[in-house]
Amino acid sequence: MLDRIGVLTTPVTLAILFALVVIAHALTFPALTGRVVDEANILDAATRQTLTDKVAAVEAKSGDQIVVVTLKSLQGTSIEDYGYQLGRHWAIGEKTRNNGAVLIVAPNERKVRIEVGYGLEGALTDAVTQLIIQNAILPRFRANDVAGGIVRGVDDIVQVVSGDAEEYKRRAAQRPDRAPQGVDAATVMLVLMVIFVIFSIMRRSGGGGPGIGGPGIGRRRGGFAAPIFIPSGGSWSSGSSGGSFGGGGFSGGGGSFGGGGSSGSW
Amino acid sequence: MPLAITSRLVRNLVAVMALGLLLSGCGVNNIPTYDEQAKAKWADVNNQYQRRADLIPNLVETVRGYARQERETLEAVVNARAKATSIQVTPDIVNDPAKFKQFQEAQSQLSGALGRLIAVSENYPDLKSNQNFLALQSQLEGTENRISVARRDYIESVRVFNTELRTFPGVLWASTLYRSHKPMETFTVTEDARRPPNVKF
Repeated sequence: MLDRIGVLTTPVTLAILFALVVIAHALTFPALTGRVVDEANILDAATRQTLTDKVAAVEAKSGDQIVVVTLKSLQGTSIEDYGYQLGRHWAIGEKTRNNGAVLIVAPNERKVRIEVGYGLEGALTDAVTQLIIQNAILPRFRANDVAGGIVRGVDDIVQVVSGDAEEYKRRAAQRPDRAPQGVDAATVMLVLMVIFVIFSIMRRSGGGGPGIGGPGIGRRRGGFAAPIFIPSGGSWSSGSSGGSFGGGGFSGGGGSFGGGGSSGSW
Repeated sequence: MPLAITSRLVRNLVAVMALGLLLSGCGVNNIPTYDEQAKAKWADVNNQYQRRADLIPNLVETVRGYARQERETLEAVVNARAKATSIQVTPDIVNDPAKFKQFQEAQSQLSGALGRLIAVSENYPDLKSNQNFLALQSQLEGTENRISVARRDYIESVRVFNTELRTFPGVLWASTLYRSHKPMETFTVTEDARRPPNVKF
């Protein structure tokens, strides 16, 4: 048995795989401080506010999450590579619909990318994002109007995302309830079964007074409630409910990315 | 003594449930779970390659309209596509090293041929300003990027699955309950390091 394992585990393959994992984890990402993360410090406060208002309005209507980020550095990798990992790290978009998009600007590398979540790939296709980059963003970037390019790019993304009325309505109708989905069905079933069994024992054993049963159930209830409250404790990075924007905080909703979108350089 | 029988029944039930919990705590479900995850990631990789293959006829026609003299480059793409799509991709390909290698090589040849096609198209200003070509080119770039993401996700999920098969306690389950689950093939890194063709405008 052990021999076979030894043969199967080619050390070289494993070493390469581990190296890959290390590379993948070596990137660091800025904190998701809001809908506009200006790490490169190229936007003034008014522009940041304008952009925030625009994309917040979209999320309020359709749930589509759009985030703008400017990066100090791509840390030696390509903007495509950085982009999808950043999108996943922040978990932009709702978990069930993956309807996030991130406009990424790396002024030092002179690269721009629109990273599109799985769920928005139908609206923000590669060709459309390329058009937005070529027509709305790059001409302004080349004229040294980075803020103007970003605003126009966001305008166009918003227009595409909310442009087609039918598509827009269809996706809006699919919005899931915002109720927290902290516990999965299996956990609930299990807990119910445990409670049921305890009840049966109590009822069958008859003589067992309520003094014993009472605290027993109370303890179970405590265990039951915990998994509900832990997720809704709302961590900064990603919750399991829909993308939220309440009490001034902003977080991704658990959306994922698969490399959709396109890039440009200037 | 019906009371005693029922209470013994209940006790047995509790014991079975406790055992179930204990087993799932020992990762008895991990191998099938990771197996399904890796297979889903593989389907994703395959879909993206398929999507690329679907884009090619249109791209070749568009380029041919402007750059007829690049016959060799165009033919190389057509042939490489034919070769890549001729490989029957069955779910068990992930457990068949020879076939997996063949698949990977065919796709890698197609990537090379496509890269050359995009490179020569740089020499044709009319082609480069053709809207249809620009759209196809952005789709191709996007697909190449999705392929590389899907491949990396697949590599990672296979790593998790294969590790589970070879480490404790997964190795116990692998040698008892799940003898039919074999380690999966994965992409070699050399091609994965290849980035999608970057096109300057």
